[in-house]
Amino acid sequence: MIGRDLLGIEDLERREIEQILDTAEHMQEIASREVKKVPTLRGQTVVNLFFESSTRTASSFEIAGKRLSADVVNFSSASSSLTKAESILDTAQTLDAMDPDCVVVRHPVAGVPKRIADVLKAPVVNAGDGAHEHPTQALLDMLTVYQEKERFDGLSVAIVGDITHSRVARSNIYGFTKMGAEVRVTGPPTMMPPHIEELGVKPCTSLREALDGVDVVMMLRIQRERLDGVLFPSIREYAATFGLDRAKLRHAKDDVIVMHPGPVNRGVELSHDLVDHSPSVILDQVRNGVALRMAVLYRIAGSAHARGAG
Amino acid sequence: MGRVWIRGGRLLDPSVERDEPADVVLEDGVVVAIGSDLETRGAAVVDAAGCWVAPGLIDMHAHLREPGQEYKEDLASGGRAAVAGGFTSVACMANTEPVNDDPSVTEFILDRARHESPTRIYAIAAATHGLAGREMTEMVALRDAGAVAFSDDGKTIADGGVMRRVLEYSKLAGVPVIVHAEDCTLVGTGVVNEGPVSTRLGLPGNPTVAEDVLVARDLELARLTGARLHIAHISSAGACQRVRAARDAGVEVTAEVTPHHLTLTDEAVLGFDTNTKMAPPLRSRADVDACRTALAEGVIDVIATDHAPHAVHEKEQDFQNAPPGILGLETALSVCMELVREDVLTPLELVRRMSTAPARLLGIAGGSLEEGSVGDVVVFSPDRQWTYDPAKGYSKSRNSPWGGTSFRGRVEATLVAGQLVYHADRGVLVD
Repeated sequence: MIGRDLLGIEDLERREIEQILDTAEHMQEIASREVKKVPTLRGQTVVNLFFESSTRTASSFEIAGKRLSADVVNFSSASSSLTKAESILDTAQTLDAMDPDCVVVRHPVAGVPKRIADVLKAPVVNAGDGAHEHPTQALLDMLTVYQEKERFDGLSVAIVGDITHSRVARSNIYGFTKMGAEVRVTGPPTMMPPHIEELGVKPCTSLREALDGVDVVMMLRIQRERLDGVLFPSIREYAATFGLDRAKLRHAKDDVIVMHPGPVNRGVELSHDLVDHSPSVILDQVRNGVALRMAVLYRIAGSAHARGAG
Repeated sequence: MGRVWIRGGRLLDPSVERDEPADVVLEDGVVVAIGSDLETRGAAVVDAAGCWVAPGLIDMHAHLREPGQEYKEDLASGGRAAVAGGFTSVACMANTEPVNDDPSVTEFILDRARHESPTRIYAIAAATHGLAGREMTEMVALRDAGAVAFSDDGKTIADGGVMRRVLEYSKLAGVPVIVHAEDCTLVGTGVVNEGPVSTRLGLPGNPTVAEDVLVARDLELARLTGARLHIAHISSAGACQRVRAARDAGVEVTAEVTPHHLTLTDEAVLGFDTNTKMAPPLRSRADVDACRTALAEGVIDVIATDHAPHAVHEKEQDFQNAPPGILGLETALSVCMELVREDVLTPLELVRRMSTAPARLLGIAGGSLEEGSVGDVVVFSPDRQWTYDPAKGYSKSRNSPWGGTSFRGRVEATLVAGQLVYHADRGVLVD
């Protein structure tokens, strides 16, 4: 069973990942109904506690919670006193006093969701902490890949870009390797973390090498704020060396799929037409995100509620 | 002042290579007799059966936070924590508010300490004004006010030209310059040792090369200037290797290592506990082993705590923003017992690195129990079990990675100038 919290994919076992993906596939059916709502979490409160701006992930969690009839409350750094001056424990204890049933945390620094989970009565879902983990993103990525490929064993997945600063990369590395896929990573040497091979991946020195015969390409977003001349010299050079277009994609398998956690820098990570057309599955990822987060909230808030009632 | 008879212990005195059963008698604040069948009429007895009796520990690297940050620690609380840990002398670093860069601040600290602290306090003055790394301090006047060394610890003097002049000029004062060796441009935003752990955690890495580069620079400057260089809290295998080579080449350099860099690795950070955040960071197992080897060989002279109290609310921030540093005074000797049990150091060598060596290095009293030496003594039971609870300690702060740890080996009694100031069953014995 999934634990009390969902803090990272590193903590999960293969069977737990399969269970979550299985639940998510059931949740997808709800989105196809005329009334996209079930009473599963009625009377329960889900708090989105976002210390870092996010539109996509916050909306996805909010919609997921509402489709399960939970009351969803959004705290964000713009709209509350979430500043450095207030300690993490103060914030957590303040929230705890309002008796939420699940708290979804995003923070720019690695480890904060864990610190909050250590003191909170309510279970915590990590919605992204620094460059550490983004477990629901990896799970929705795995759901998307599974729906396309119907397997993980024997697949090759290439993750391309700023590996050092990417929580999406770490969670996907843990996830896909646990599920039996081969994971390759590539990016500028300044964006490759030391000893990355200890996570069970194959580091590649070029995009060409990483793409060779792969089933899945996962392009990471380049944070333009990192463009300070230290990690890479220019957008133009990055796009030329690690950006993906149809010509480069020919080195992958014929039925390759292209993924991106969004938002895409068009013409940088991906050429314009790859963003919008097959084999890109970017909008499927977004769609699956809601169902996957419904599954996570159901399993975590739902089981916490069951424990409380029992 | 009365007579004290420390009876039945194992005397460990590195100053004369003595390791044998012997009693010690103190009178008028000094050691008056050692051996057996001593004149003990009227003496108060300290029972040391089954215990080590050693010259009081000397910590040459502590942050006691007074003046300016008394909410973290002050000379009274830091002094109590010290004697509870067996330390009879502590040298406090200059990064107070105001910075100890002026003789008036040095005098203030020493004067307050005489009234407030049960342990002897020595002051380390700043090497540059405001720890800014630009203009050197009045080293002669500071020495005359009582400074025993100069250091911008907590910061590194980034400008090599300034560091050269500081080292050159320090020869006039005749006391060591202590460096915090980290190249801040290579540290960047790093908060955890760069390696597999930083990669797993997604926290910015602080590479060992940041330390190695600065150590290499300062060793070359020490060679050039002939000044006395002391490297604080060495933590990397590369730094150990460079210090060893420099000493072999005759450079006058000494070095210290902390109990945490000898016993914990960066794996301790995996739970994101900010009480595992310090500068330099906890390193890899290979670095820990290299520090142990260098310590055993005498390439590293001293074990120093880098006692760095921070308030609970400060450490409760996220890992990136929480201040670096941990408590050390109350746990140092118990933590370092691991080195004895794992045959890194003999008991006598451990005492040398925690007492005799720092006393000699700073030119201060202590580090010996020969007749006529100051009556500063620690009585330590190598077998007594205890569990450390920072909330019940004497420091004002609680930031220790060893909270809840059960130790084997405990300070039984501490005497400063022949006076019992701490006893394990009675606590600190001064007002």
